[in-house]
Amino acid sequence: MTLFIDIGALEDIPVQGARVVKTVEGCVAIFRTSDDRIFALEDRCPHKGGPLSEGIVHGDRVTCPLHNWVFDMNSGEAQGADKGMVRTFAAKVEAGRVFLDAALLKRRSAA
Amino acid sequence: MKEKLVVIGAGMASGRLLEHLFEIAPDRFEVTLFNAEPRGNYNRLMLSPVLSGEKTYEQIVTHDDDWYAAHAVDCRFGESIVKIDRSNRIVFSNHGGVPYNKLVIATGSAPFIIPVAGKELPGVVTYRDLEDTNAMIEAGVAGQNAVVIGGGLLGLEAAAGMAARGAKVTVIHLMGHLMERQLDPSAGYLLQRDLEKRGITVHCKGATKAILGKERVEAVLLDDGTIYPADLVCMAVGIRPETRIATDARLEVNRGIVVDDAMRTSDPNIFSLGECVEHDSQLFGLVAPLYDQAKILAKTLLGEEAVFRPVQTATKLKVTGCDLFSAGDFADAPDREDIVFRDPGRGQYKRIVLKDDRIIGVVMYGDTADGNWFYGLMKDQTDVSEMRDTLIFGPAFQGGQKLDPMAAVAALPPEAEICGCNGVCKGKIVDAVLGGATTLDLVRAQTKASSSCGTCTGLVEQVMKATLGDGFVMAKPQGMCKCTDHSHEDVRRLIKAMGLKSIPAVQQELGWTSVGGCYSCRPALNYYLLAEWPLEYKDDRQSRFVNERNHANIQKDGTYSVVPRMWGGVTTPAELRAIADAAEKYNVPMVKVTGGQRIDLLGVRKEDLPQMWADLNEAGLVSGHAYSKGLRTVKTCVGAQFCRFGTQDSTGLGIRLEKLLWGSWTPHKVKLGISGCPRNCAEATCKDVGVICVDSGYQISVAGAAGMELKETEHLASTASEDEAVEIITAFVQLYREHARYLDRPYKWVAKAGLDWVKAQVVDDLENRKALVERFEISQSVYRTDPWAEHAAPDERAKWAPLADLTLEAAE
Repeated sequence: MTLFIDIGALEDIPVQGARVVKTVEGCVAIFRTSDDRIFALEDRCPHKGGPLSEGIVHGDRVTCPLHNWVFDMNSGEAQGADKGMVRTFAAKVEAGRVFLDAALLKRRSAA
Repeated sequence: MKEKLVVIGAGMASGRLLEHLFEIAPDRFEVTLFNAEPRGNYNRLMLSPVLSGEKTYEQIVTHDDDWYAAHAVDCRFGESIVKIDRSNRIVFSNHGGVPYNKLVIATGSAPFIIPVAGKELPGVVTYRDLEDTNAMIEAGVAGQNAVVIGGGLLGLEAAAGMAARGAKVTVIHLMGHLMERQLDPSAGYLLQRDLEKRGITVHCKGATKAILGKERVEAVLLDDGTIYPADLVCMAVGIRPETRIATDARLEVNRGIVVDDAMRTSDPNIFSLGECVEHDSQLFGLVAPLYDQAKILAKTLLGEEAVFRPVQTATKLKVTGCDLFSAGDFADAPDREDIVFRDPGRGQYKRIVLKDDRIIGVVMYGDTADGNWFYGLMKDQTDVSEMRDTLIFGPAFQGGQKLDPMAAVAALPPEAEICGCNGVCKGKIVDAVLGGATTLDLVRAQTKASSSCGTCTGLVEQVMKATLGDGFVMAKPQGMCKCTDHSHEDVRRLIKAMGLKSIPAVQQELGWTSVGGCYSCRPALNYYLLAEWPLEYKDDRQSRFVNERNHANIQKDGTYSVVPRMWGGVTTPAELRAIADAAEKYNVPMVKVTGGQRIDLLGVRKEDLPQMWADLNEAGLVSGHAYSKGLRTVKTCVGAQFCRFGTQDSTGLGIRLEKLLWGSWTPHKVKLGISGCPRNCAEATCKDVGVICVDSGYQISVAGAAGMELKETEHLASTASEDEAVEIITAFVQLYREHARYLDRPYKWVAKAGLDWVKAQVVDDLENRKALVERFEISQSVYRTDPWAEHAAPDERAKWAPLADLTLEAAE
């Protein structure tokens, strides 16, 4: 079972926007959609390393701010003609708090 | 000597007649053209898109002033004819008489007003010409109750148009189903269901008893006692030929002005055509037979033999989203058979009426792509017994052809009609294409196909593609992005016309196909909304590209660059010290002087931005908007204050303009240059707006470019007054804000709009210039402010840092 860690309040993430969480695995972008779903993706576009957290969020997609690659936040897969994959992480909202897969924090401790 | 031809009425039929005459015999006639409407010939079929806000009047003009001038037509627009003196061959308007050798009466039709109490109340309108259309637009129907009496073609187009402008519309129709002359009950029901889905109430079998109201219209009362509240009532129950002038002149008139096969009235020197005529006991309301009449009458006037034979025409409704097609006779009768296809789930219905193995009627709703094919079989009286099993599925299923829309078009015979309005067959289009007309515009110009109501445009393109093969590239979808078929221009107009004030409202009402739009339409919509509703719409940060959202330019490594504003490129030691301090405090890797006469601090980390801005704010520095589709820089030279060549205070003017314009959002970035003399040290003549100061004042030029394209500015205006120069420039920027497509720089927009038009708006029309400046000031009352100060506020700063740092927790 996935262990989750509380990383903050839902209202701290702008609707159709994102905030960044620093982890030992690098930065993770936590996205909030217009219907208050949460997605966690590696904050790094496989194309040229652009910060996805700064992209425009539309539906369950996000567009990289550097060269307009579009990613499906469910799968992390690049859309259209572009080929590439972004790592996704388990995340959820409960009672207005946002929880992220605790493995992101544990890996270092286990090491 | 030229013959004197007088034409009464400048509608579509007489306009087409004049085109034929000028084409065949340009010097034969000296034409005087009277029109009761104060304008020339426009495409009346396109009034419904004007009403709904999808088009403007200017876009539907067929003959403009230049056209009339080029053909030396004496235009008497707005002058009604009061009398025809047949014995002396003179027509009289209230301005005097004009003699004629030949006279054409093309007075068209008048709307039928049902004789009920209250019909003369203010707020009761008809729907026939631009005045009616404008009356409905100006009534400001958004949120109001509108009742349309009449559920035929015109009534439904009026209803859909007003609904698109936000009215609550009720259609009252006397018969059992809508458009009963064109549709059978099943198709009428599907149409009613589609209209009801759009929030239009439909009341069939409703007889209007009275229109109620004291000062103006308040409600409509039906025979069955139903009352519908109404702020506006549109009567669209039908038309009658406008024959008064002919009756007064004692020409033979029945229901319409009687004409023979050559379009001649009972007076051999007087002719008539259009909706006002009666030929062989028949009246005409659709455009195709009228264009045939124009062709025949042109020959008659030129002394050639010609005979008018009306052909059956098909009908399409011009209401977006309601596709119907109807042709021929579809009443039930014992010797007739029906083939019917229904798919209620998808709202599709097709019915073919057969008699003796030949098609005599077609009604289609939902999917009308095969309409022209059936219509061709009907016109040609083709025996369909062989293909009867699969007839209803259309041409794609005949002869084992593949299911390819192109195959259906390729299979059409050369004489198949493609454009019903103008009677253009496939062969004519193919000939034009083979003759070099390889674009839609050229085909339109040479054949007139798709130039009237436009519903056949897709079909014309398919014929072109079938002819040219891969050599023809179909016009890209007009939509602003793949989320919608609406163009940028349509969306802007509809935002205004329908009073849409949020991005979700636009996406909902205009039928966006995606959830939440995309990176292309969201920033455009955000701009259009804030430009249209500066006081009501709240800028949506999340719909902005990262640079505008973060008020800094993102760099390839994810850091940002920070450019404080230096008004007119002038700075002070204190400002320079503050910039130097900030550069050191935040370890800025590069400090660079920009081309816009200011200083760029490159490589700033996002979380440092708010604190850095606060530091810069303290020294009086504000955002330079180096990241925005908005005012960037005003580049100046030193001007009269120091330079021995300077003629005016170019630096002062630059600072004044920058303080006026800063903070404003525009469709794309805007850069200004102000030079103090023609040596032009500020390089003003490649900017969006450039001013060259001279002894006599200020030369303003616009629409330059020095990026991917290189283009010198074009002269807009010269003035001796600095105040006037500032006013003209402000008005120009506001005009650009209101009209340009998002991401079009001014030079692109001016190329599309035309410099003459821009000049007329901001230079010549003083009242309009003032209004533009006022609207700019209203917008600036919100946006002339420093965004850095807002985001540097202490309780905002946390939002720029990571939400959480799990590396620290892991270490603990």
